Amino acid sequence: MSMVPTLLSVENLTKSYGGVHAMRGVTFDLRAGEILALIGPNGAGKSTCFNVLNGQIIPDSGRVRLLGEEITGKKPRVIWRMGVGRTFQITATFPTMTVRENVQVALVSHGGELFNLWSSTASHARDEAGRLLDLVGMGAYAERPCGELAYGDLKRLELAIALANQPKLLLMDEPTAGMAPRERVELMRLTARIAREQSIGVLFTEHDMDVVFEHADRILVLNRGSLIAEGSPEEVRGNTQVQAIYLGEGLVYDARHREGASA
Amino acid sequence: MAFYVVQFLTGLASAASLFLVASGLSIIFGVTRIVNFAHGAFYMLGAYVAFTLTERFSGALGFWGGIVVAALAVAVIGVLVEMVLLRRIYHSPELFQLLATFGLTLMVEDLVVLIWGPDDLVGRRAPGFKGAIDFFGQNIPSYDLFLIALGPVVLGILWLLFQRTRWGILVRAATQDRDMVAALGVNQKWLFTSVFALGVFLAALGGALQIPRDAVNHAMDLRIIVEVFVVVVIGGLGSIIGAFVAAVLVSELNAFGILIFPKISIILVFLVMAVVLIVRPWGLFGKPEAPARRTPGLTVNPWRPLTTNERFAAIAALLVAAALPVLNNPYLLTVGSEIAIFVIFAASLHFLMSVGGLASFGHAAYFGLGSYGVALLATKAGLPMIVCLLLGPIVGLLGAAVFGFFAVQLSGVYFAMLTLAFAQIVWSIAFQWVSVTGGDNGILSVWPSSWVASPANFYWLSLGVAAFAVVILRIMVFSPFGFALRATRDSPLRSEAIGINSKRIQWTAFVIAGTVAGVAGALFAYLKGSVFPDNMGISLSVDALVMVLLGGVETVSGAVIGAIVYKALNIWLVSQTDLSKLVLGGFVVLIVVAFPKGIVGTLEALMHRRRKSSSSASPLLSSRIETAE
Amino acid sequence: MRGYFVGASLAIAVATMAGSAMTTQAMAQEIKIGEINSYSLLPAFTEPYRKGWQLAVEEINAAGGIGGKKLVVVSKDDGGKPADAQTAANELVSSEKVAMLTGTFLSNIGLAVSDFANQKKVFFLAAEPLTDAITWSKGNRYTFRLRPSNYMQAAMLVEEAAKLPAKRWATIAPNYEYGQSAVAVFKKLMSEKRPDIQWVDEQWPPQGKIDAGPVVQAVAAANPEAILNVTFGADLVKLVREGNTRGLFKDRKVVSFLTGEPEYLDPLKDETPEGWIVTGYPWYSIKTPEHDAFLKAYQAKYNDYPRLGSIVGYQTIKAAAAILAKANSTDPEKLIAAAEGISMPSPFGEITFRKIDHQSTLGAFTGKTALKDGKGIMVDSAYRKGSDYLPSDAEIEKLRPKD
Repeated sequence: MSMVPTLLSVENLTKSYGGVHAMRGVTFDLRAGEILALIGPNGAGKSTCFNVLNGQIIPDSGRVRLLGEEITGKKPRVIWRMGVGRTFQITATFPTMTVRENVQVALVSHGGELFNLWSSTASHARDEAGRLLDLVGMGAYAERPCGELAYGDLKRLELAIALANQPKLLLMDEPTAGMAPRERVELMRLTARIAREQSIGVLFTEHDMDVVFEHADRILVLNRGSLIAEGSPEEVRGNTQVQAIYLGEGLVYDARHREGASA
Repeated sequence: MAFYVVQFLTGLASAASLFLVASGLSIIFGVTRIVNFAHGAFYMLGAYVAFTLTERFSGALGFWGGIVVAALAVAVIGVLVEMVLLRRIYHSPELFQLLATFGLTLMVEDLVVLIWGPDDLVGRRAPGFKGAIDFFGQNIPSYDLFLIALGPVVLGILWLLFQRTRWGILVRAATQDRDMVAALGVNQKWLFTSVFALGVFLAALGGALQIPRDAVNHAMDLRIIVEVFVVVVIGGLGSIIGAFVAAVLVSELNAFGILIFPKISIILVFLVMAVVLIVRPWGLFGKPEAPARRTPGLTVNPWRPLTTNERFAAIAALLVAAALPVLNNPYLLTVGSEIAIFVIFAASLHFLMSVGGLASFGHAAYFGLGSYGVALLATKAGLPMIVCLLLGPIVGLLGAAVFGFFAVQLSGVYFAMLTLAFAQIVWSIAFQWVSVTGGDNGILSVWPSSWVASPANFYWLSLGVAAFAVVILRIMVFSPFGFALRATRDSPLRSEAIGINSKRIQWTAFVIAGTVAGVAGALFAYLKGSVFPDNMGISLSVDALVMVLLGGVETVSGAVIGAIVYKALNIWLVSQTDLSKLVLGGFVVLIVVAFPKGIVGTLEALMHRRRKSSSSASPLLSSRIETAE
Repeated sequence: MRGYFVGASLAIAVATMAGSAMTTQAMAQEIKIGEINSYSLLPAFTEPYRKGWQLAVEEINAAGGIGGKKLVVVSKDDGGKPADAQTAANELVSSEKVAMLTGTFLSNIGLAVSDFANQKKVFFLAAEPLTDAITWSKGNRYTFRLRPSNYMQAAMLVEEAAKLPAKRWATIAPNYEYGQSAVAVFKKLMSEKRPDIQWVDEQWPPQGKIDAGPVVQAVAAANPEAILNVTFGADLVKLVREGNTRGLFKDRKVVSFLTGEPEYLDPLKDETPEGWIVTGYPWYSIKTPEHDAFLKAYQAKYNDYPRLGSIVGYQTIKAAAAILAKANSTDPEKLIAAAEGISMPSPFGEITFRKIDHQSTLGAFTGKTALKDGKGIMVDSAYRKGSDYLPSDAEIEKLRPKD
């Protein structure tokens, strides 16, 4: 494995809000093609970590490097252009467009055509959008209004959007929240396949421990802003500290806490 | 020294009445998210009703009782309005409530004249507060002292109400998150109604308390409403303390400002607001807004270009319109030209508002800049018409580039208010800079060249430019840029996450919209042969908003229909009756209630439903949209 | 009063519609005049004005019309917007085929319609706008004006003001063209007569939005001996109330434009400040046969007293009829020829439309405000003929563009 270059390197990230530490010295690496899960109880700092990685939050200290290049503090749109795709915990899509158009916008942006005032978007990267939708199994829904999609489909659409810039790194914030168990497995298998085939590094958070232990190559455990464990699923499962933290909540996370899952 | 103290106290007294009205507006907005344009109308009604009551019942009890009863009576009217009208449209697209309350305001302006007559009414002085108190040789009216005390008292009462009562806690919770309150099992309907009643009560009280110092008249509403909006925005929407501080700030700046710049009053509040919004985008005491609320009314039918048949239909309609000169009615042609010009204007705002989600309250600024550009080029530089028509809109472009840069840094109501402030600044320059702009007497003799002097030729020119502008804007809607713009509107988070520089996209849209508005203004100058500050006034900006909302804010080109219907109706009513405001206002309210999606939006929904029912119905999970943000 | 208002508007609406239906048959027997005013924006001033012209129409038709033809006035509201006034003017000229345009109250609307008249070659008799520009700097051959202008009112007031011992003067005027030019003319004429005068403060509240307390306080701080006021309407009420309470007018002379007109004086009721030198219309104390006749007819018809607007409305239509009768044609050129130099009776005595600048010599009353039975009145009033308060012909030649 050491032959594979380090894709993302996170060093000593710290962020606090008015004295509350959301992250304390978080350090980890991610290799290309690797699927890394970031878990931890609510408030452990997972979302903060994600938002720092994609540029929505500027950390108090620490560095984030993508293929050796520093991206700390850069704007989300700049980080995206450097090859980082992202899905959101609560899906963020364009509800007034069709499914295909959602992907087309991302492709337009990737192609540097945002200020094209003249040509018709309908014919723009149409096939490419179709290919991405087929990839995530949404090809049949291409002409549907995005606002009509079921939640699981929105998640898959987000994945297609996130892949539009041929990312090197994919950040997935609770990719399977709100999905039926069978859908979860499908989506994660799909993600894993894409990651292997295109050698994309994937970092994801997840509350469903079955999903985590089945699909992650490696797991990071955050608690109160600090990494308390790191390793293969087996190693983490056997970690007593991790067990202690999750004991109160049960190892499978309580569904009531899933904010994004209400729909 | 005594003088400055007294001037300060005088400023505080002015602040008190401003605060009463502003706090009501702020509370209503905070909970219901309604930009209540009718707030000024309630203020005025408070004054009128209080006038009647205090004239009828004598003595201190009659006076003070009259004031309070008047405020209560108007609050009851407010409750009726909320229950009958607003409840039906809470789920309409954003700002639609503005349209409804605007219609109400129009109606009330005519109604008070019908009920109370046209004359200015001067009410009684407050018993016990008739005279003045000597302060080191300076006189302070005792009524001012009463008002100075009243401001903080009302502030205190409101504070207690919101901090110490269950109702108040619910209201605060609703201000933070409406849906959460609904989830708590609170009867949201009555919470809204009671909040609206309180807000209206405060407005009416503010109006009633003006009796001893003002003349009650039918223009009071407009005098106060804009200023109150400004105060609320400076203070921070939903913040009562903010409203208080802003009212004091604005009043004191005015009281001392006029000592140095006697002409400053006209512009002061807008300057303050522009500065505050640029430095502190959420007002002095406001909190950063949650991402713009997605209204459930948001359509789920994606926009599509016209089908071939529809294109033919549009061309046919254009040809019919182009045949209007065969009727040989020059007046009709002039009206037609005016409507065509307003189609351009409305379409430009529509582009910004519907595609970009940026509701400008000051779009007339760019219309006016275009028309002043033309007027100055034609009269001062003596350039030929065709050159002026090409160069005039560039003035609109430049204005939009400068103001738009600052405006797109904000969103939602704050964006609306900053655009309003810029428009008012531009307006007051046109109004004040008499040596260049001719002040309110405007610039005359901007008549078209002989080749378009005939009504028919000018009509064809206007119609041609309008058709061209609408087509160009439509092309842009479906261009990659148009999609990027819609992306920034639909989901700022997602668009940023796919590499879209939202601000730059929105700025470009602002400039495009401003330029097209400038084109409309340029034509308008030649149609009328003159330009006036009215061309960039608030009422023109509001007209444009109404046209867009009337046509349907969620449509691709609804503004075209909205402009035609509204302008034609307006011209016809003004020509036929002095009560045009009453009829027009009633019409607007009716449309809002009957067709909350606007004219075109309603038609589209009907057609969509028909298409849907013919094909197999798919599960419509429109509730997704709420959570999609 | 209110019932009348509704009735009037309905009547007008119906008359307009019926009018257009009957146009073809009735054309030969009637002469149409187009009339535009800010009825919905300024009802307090335009309502009495409308009553005035309606009375005139009635009288003219009762006396056999104009050369045997019935006079019809087609009236339009401009909503206080110049652009709407032009739309209305266009409708009147193009669709209603009126012989001439009359009316307007606001200066900018008067100018807009005047420019329209010049462009479309239509005769325009401006009724109320006060701006000097309409007959002078932006005058044109198609436009005539009835009411005494800003300059004339200022000149009348200056005559009295110059007699005052006061040397330190302050001004309060609404911040728009009317207020600015009123102050400018007053200052100029005053300084000519009294070079010793000092202007110690000026206040420019926005029209309709005066924050009276600070303004009064600021003026008081400058401690002037006399004050020139140009505000009117609701602003005047606020100013007077604050000024009374704060003692601004105590021991100070005040000279005030238009305040003696019932439109502005009556709302002040028992708060009317005493001793202000004003221009106005003391209908209760004018004892001339012409005015008596007018007053009697007006009160008989409306059971209400006339305001200055009533006089203006009445005389506008009377003047229009006189011009039409003299021209014996509706051709604009003939109307201009007839109007230039025409003399006619008015409730204020004979007036003339001057050839040189198309200004009528209708005058105004100056006097002092006083309180009587809890109401404001004008006392010591005297009629001042317009012709005595206009600059020399040579000056006007310089001001007015050549046709």
